[in-house]
Amino acid sequence: MSKTARWIESRLPAWREAARQAEAVERGRSASAADVLGVVRAYPEIARDVAIARALAPSAPLTRRLERLYLVLHRTLHERPRRLPHEIASLFLRDAPAAARALAWHIVWVTALFFASATAGAWLVNQYPEVVGLFASEAMIEQVQAGRLWTDGLLNVVPSSVLAVSIFTNNITVALFALVVGIFYGLGTAYIVGMNGMMLGAVFSYTAQHGLAVRLLEFVAAHGFVELSVVMIAGACGVSLGEALARPGHLRRAEAFRRATKRAVPLLVVGAVFLVGAGLIEGYVSPSPAYPFWARLAIGFAYLGLLVVVLSGALERLVRRRRRLPAASGEGPAQMRRVARN
Amino acid sequence: MDRLRIPTVTGIDVELRIAGPGGRSLAFLIDWHLRVLLALGWIVAAALLSRQPASPLSSGGTVGYFAVGAPAALLYSLYHPVLEIAMRGRTPGKRIAGIRIVRADGGMPSAIQLLVRNLFRLIDSLPFLYAVGLAATMLTKQAVRIGDIAAGTLLVYDPDGDPALDDTRLLQGVERLGLERASLAVELVARWPELSPDARAVLARRLLARLGKPPDDGREPELRERLEALLTLPEPRS
Repeated sequence: MSKTARWIESRLPAWREAARQAEAVERGRSASAADVLGVVRAYPEIARDVAIARALAPSAPLTRRLERLYLVLHRTLHERPRRLPHEIASLFLRDAPAAARALAWHIVWVTALFFASATAGAWLVNQYPEVVGLFASEAMIEQVQAGRLWTDGLLNVVPSSVLAVSIFTNNITVALFALVVGIFYGLGTAYIVGMNGMMLGAVFSYTAQHGLAVRLLEFVAAHGFVELSVVMIAGACGVSLGEALARPGHLRRAEAFRRATKRAVPLLVVGAVFLVGAGLIEGYVSPSPAYPFWARLAIGFAYLGLLVVVLSGALERLVRRRRRLPAASGEGPAQMRRVARN
Repeated sequence: MDRLRIPTVTGIDVELRIAGPGGRSLAFLIDWHLRVLLALGWIVAAALLSRQPASPLSSGGTVGYFAVGAPAALLYSLYHPVLEIAMRGRTPGKRIAGIRIVRADGGMPSAIQLLVRNLFRLIDSLPFLYAVGLAATMLTKQAVRIGDIAAGTLLVYDPDGDPALDDTRLLQGVERLGLERASLAVELVARWPELSPDARAVLARRLLARLGKPPDDGREPELRERLEALLTLPEPRS
């Protein structure tokens, strides 16, 4: 028997076993410790076999087969551990607050743009009431002229559950869209934020002309603060994508864009979760006459407070204090020892 | 076709072939049909159920919305993100096309990365028929769409598995033909049933010529027999 044949014969059982172990480990949690250790041991051995096979026959199917096995082992060994509960907790406790801090000025500027647009919209409708048709549908205008809000009797038309689901789905879509159109150098996001601001200002101005502004404020008080805040945040994320493309710094544009997206995603995920809550409030609380104005304001401010607590990192500090864990940085070894003792 | 080079700690780098617009489009078309069929199937099933007088669906309204419209919309819109996460960077369409989503370093993408690449479908699908995404795959070096750039992912060819090599034949063939030629011959014999008659005849004749056994005008079964004979060691003399 030739040396090559002897080598193949001697290694065949190891290849088969490594393939089995890699498959078991790649499938997930059911893999045994022996399989995991087997994969760790097999990795350098198969690397050596690939090198030998390449030297003997670079384009042979056996070489490809070994390369494939080596790739599976490599992928299995280098896969990041999946700890979903931990990752979700980290998203709310660390990643989103860090992103909010990094994008603080973007949020300020987008909010300023929103309120400037709202002021412009309100002024426009105040000066030229006939242009309200640009911002509101004919049915809405007719109802306001008749002294009613389009939200009156909403629950008689659509059940709360359907209303809530359709509202938060729509709001999440708007927030996602505000992010992704940031790819047009931030102009797409600026357009969406500006148009939403103008629409809000115009509608408030028009309802004020008909003595309905307070009732509209009553309707939006419970859900509006968080809803608008999340749209501002999504807008800030979108603008940051545009900025990454326009001013990539020392990075390549694609890399700057990828990093900006990575930074924005935790903020957007947290925002989407809050939009679900805002949708439920808008479906169940806002159209219901059972809630007085003060209760709506209390719900609105409490929910906004919760968003601020999460995004400011206060939630993380609270959790750390309760668990008596040191902060992520700046804590000395004495505290680490105390944690270890506890 | 460009390749993705994956450096490893052992110094043995591996290369994967990057999937171009063709492979990607094939996978997308298969997936698109599947998700349309799933959503329509759900709606048709719900419509049939609603014809039953006792069915809660027959009342329409909220129940109808939650039982018919919402699940169908979810099936259509969450098909890609859910399956890509569950099937580790693949969907049925990608599996059939033999491609897989990987990170730029060849590793498995995280759930967040997969969500991000799907989120940017909003842009890639503009203005119609995924024109932006298709143009991006044609213009970028690694044939990626905007979603892949944002997520740091790309698609590579990663077929489900090479046909299993007949190890006994390989060992015997190596004795006579050397590793390269023997494993080529073994692979051709293993893939014989899945190749078209013309293709396997051409390949067999070429291989026999390379092995120094000039092919005659023999028919297909004879060509295969000749290949198998080459891979089989003569009986040891007693």
